[in-house]
Amino acid sequence: MATYSTNEFRSGMKVMLDGDPCNILENEFVKPGKGQAFNRVKMRNLKNGRVWERTFKSGESIEAADVIDLDMEYLYTDGEFWHFMKTDDSYEQVAADQSAVADSENWLKEQEVYQVTLWNDDPIAVTPPNFVELEVTDTDPGLKGDTANGGTKPATLSTGATIKGVPLFINIGDVLKVDTRTGEYVSRAKT
Amino acid sequence: MSDWRPSASIEHLKQRAELLAQARAFFAERDVIEVQTPVLAKHSVTEPDVQSIEVPGYGYLQTSPEYQMKRLLAAGMPSCYQLGPAFRHGEQGRLHNPEFTMLEWYRLGFDHNQLMYEVADLVDTLLGPKPYQRLTYEDVVGKTEGRPRDVLDLAFAEACERLTPGRFFITDYPADQAALARINPDGQTAARFELVIDGVEIANGYWELLDAEEHRQRFKTDSEIRQQRGLPAVAVDEAFIAALEHGLPECAGVAMGFDRLVMLGGSAKALSDVTAFRGS
Repeated sequence: MATYSTNEFRSGMKVMLDGDPCNILENEFVKPGKGQAFNRVKMRNLKNGRVWERTFKSGESIEAADVIDLDMEYLYTDGEFWHFMKTDDSYEQVAADQSAVADSENWLKEQEVYQVTLWNDDPIAVTPPNFVELEVTDTDPGLKGDTANGGTKPATLSTGATIKGVPLFINIGDVLKVDTRTGEYVSRAKT
Repeated sequence: MSDWRPSASIEHLKQRAELLAQARAFFAERDVIEVQTPVLAKHSVTEPDVQSIEVPGYGYLQTSPEYQMKRLLAAGMPSCYQLGPAFRHGEQGRLHNPEFTMLEWYRLGFDHNQLMYEVADLVDTLLGPKPYQRLTYEDVVGKTEGRPRDVLDLAFAEACERLTPGRFFITDYPADQAALARINPDGQTAARFELVIDGVEIANGYWELLDAEEHRQRFKTDSEIRQQRGLPAVAVDEAFIAALEHGLPECAGVAMGFDRLVMLGGSAKALSDVTAFRGS
């Protein structure tokens, strides 16, 4: 297995820490003039998303993590797993469990492409595009003539997710553009 | 297209030129003369925590002009300073670059206390006057007894980062961190000081050790630590030892990271903001 030494650490590098794959965010070199050198490293645990800060002695090595991000098309869920297919015409599929899909479940739409993070070929995270377009399945009836005061209401989308900040003129059946990073309404999608 | 532009703004580079001129004027006024010693020399330091860049067939890029300046002093050179490049292998980060500008000077007849006053005078001249606080090493890291060296080094580095804002002289380093400073009469601490400004280590100075035999002992200890840690062996600089045997006059000396000073002066965040180009 490949290893990386602290002086090779770069942001974006995938390494193993305490048995979990992590993504290096920051690497700071710390050294008193006459003392030993250290690297203070911030990394995100790719399994639970938590950010860890660790200090290593400079020159120490840690194991590289076999992690890749792939664009994959979402196919369907069987209730236990969410199935994705590679977009390289290989038709190869992977099944992501609840912990990998996590909050992205709110934004999964069939035939859309998502970024799937594979660790040793197993999906550990699913990242939606920044914006997705989803149909409204439930919301209070649109109120005509009340578009000026900027009032909003919640709306439930085809994925089951409920978003806030939806303008009053939106109706069931409308397709909305949603920012997946904030979970907020952006606009009504052009149809 | 290749990124050919400087990493520093032209404004910061003008400021650097101004600070270089002011530093030289400061020493000229005090009859401390400028010297230049080779950057590339046959020997380098044995210190386990300072790694030299080796130039095969030629020797090493100097990590500081210390040995050569002391040979000048032993040969009769009066108080002198050097302002030029120094090199450290493997040091790279926001506050480190393998090549950096070092201002090093030696004052005949001074002890470390007198030299601290002069360091403060120079910093006041370059960055404007501010008060200085004096702390001991144990004030900074807590009790040293029974704590291994690496733990202390990390605690010290992180405690220094928290010494901000303000200017702090740190004194009374443990005797095993004396480097080339003499040991204080208490037998426990070294006549060594450092200056930290706004959380950044700026200077390191000694009331210089004179005894040649004691130097040999310390170099031997360095070599043993190098061996334990699997670091490359470094031969002792016999010319330096011979100069010490001839006799180094009573003096105090200090080395200052000039790029860091320029960085603080220009309210910059990283060395690369004040060096013409980012290092390799």
